[in-house]
Amino acid sequence: MRITVHVWRQAGPQEPGKMVAYDLDNVNEHMSFLEMLDFLNESLIAKGEEPIAFDSDCREGICGMCSLVIDGIPHGPEKETTVCQLHMRHFHDGQEIFIEPWRAKSFPVLKDLIIDRSSLDRIQQAGGFISVNTGSAPDANNIPIGKEQADRAMDAAACIGCGACVAACKNASAMLFVGAKVSHLALLPQGQVEKKRRAIAMVEAMDAEGFGNCTNQYECEAACPKGISVEFIAKMNREYLGAQLSGRSS
Amino acid sequence: MNLWLFRMLRSSVGRKVLMAITGLLLIGFLVSHLSGNLLVFAGRDAMNDYAQFLKEHPGLIWGARIGLLAIFLVHVITGLTLAAENKAARPIPYQKEACIQASLPSRTMARTGLLVFVFVVYHLLHFTFGVVQASKHAKHLEGLRYDVYDMVVLSFHNPIIALSYIVAILVLWMHLWHGASSFFQSLGWNHPKYRPVFEKVGPVLSTILCLGFLSIPLSAWLGILKAGGM
Repeated sequence: MRITVHVWRQAGPQEPGKMVAYDLDNVNEHMSFLEMLDFLNESLIAKGEEPIAFDSDCREGICGMCSLVIDGIPHGPEKETTVCQLHMRHFHDGQEIFIEPWRAKSFPVLKDLIIDRSSLDRIQQAGGFISVNTGSAPDANNIPIGKEQADRAMDAAACIGCGACVAACKNASAMLFVGAKVSHLALLPQGQVEKKRRAIAMVEAMDAEGFGNCTNQYECEAACPKGISVEFIAKMNREYLGAQLSGRSS
Repeated sequence: MNLWLFRMLRSSVGRKVLMAITGLLLIGFLVSHLSGNLLVFAGRDAMNDYAQFLKEHPGLIWGARIGLLAIFLVHVITGLTLAAENKAARPIPYQKEACIQASLPSRTMARTGLLVFVFVVYHLLHFTFGVVQASKHAKHLEGLRYDVYDMVVLSFHNPIIALSYIVAILVLWMHLWHGASSFFQSLGWNHPKYRPVFEKVGPVLSTILCLGFLSIPLSAWLGILKAGGM
């Protein structure tokens, strides 16, 4: 198949960027979207042009590195699918495809389609952990946890931290990400000890990074490649309010 | 003031809760406002008795006015600061915009909210301060008691006034369509058992309220409500 891709090209963080159109022939419908970009890059290198910089790592939908907005939708049009798992058979011959990086003040563009997501790391570092003494690993199933509770914690822990929620949100809010991280630990006994401190620290870290605010439109949930539910945002609201209203440290 | 309260009310989650609680109180006001307004269908005396009752209880009416003004200002100012932050959070827009499933009302809350604010100012200038139609307002003050019934019905005989109210109510409809469902989530209440119900509360409640409000200018304009002085 033959397609035209419009790609955001930006030489560096301080450089101005613009959309550049590339015509690409002989695209195989079995290629993944990223393989299509590899294919395009090979032709660019052969012509002596700078290849398009984009993030990818595992290419099996679990690492959260790939981060392309395709025709305005993070990770493209397929539901609960990362870009690396999206295949060209979902596009048609002659289609024009727009590829842009995640857009948020808290995700500055480093080059072309690569953005700096360390703001999410800093939120995690503020409280997205449990404090334990280091030493040998504890035995599995040392603390019995009910199946329903474990499943629910896993639903939240399925977040791969890609940032598609921020990219999809009209307000560039990170609340689905933070909601998932606050909830997954608050649902497990190991995480409950520090849950008040964690909820306050992570929400304040999120605010400090300059993300937008949630207006309950749920575009994040619709765009999330792991189908994280906005229920976890409600849970984060509860956890945060409960922590502020009943916490004993000011 | 305790530090924690400041921190909470300044945070993104805290201000979301502030929007939810003030929004919920404003919906409560709309319900009572509509109940009072619908007395227009019970006849001139019912409407004017109600107006006189409010006039005779200044403590009640001024308490409500001051409380309402405070709630309204918190809702508007918090909403504006949140909207400004949200805009700043994405300085470079997408070249190709798309929306997966968000409803039109949910995407236009700041704009519909501002329009409702402008309408409230106009509405107060019209019926409370009597600036918009000074002649109609002066007329109802002539008698021994307020003839609110005539003032309302005669006002809406003017198609421009009636139309401006109808448009404003439709904008309010959009604002409440999203808002009256959204507060559950902001207050932390979301659960698979209740989510389908909560998602319908906004559309249903906003439709009932706005049909109620629409009925008054429409009935007056179409001549179903008759003014006594004509």
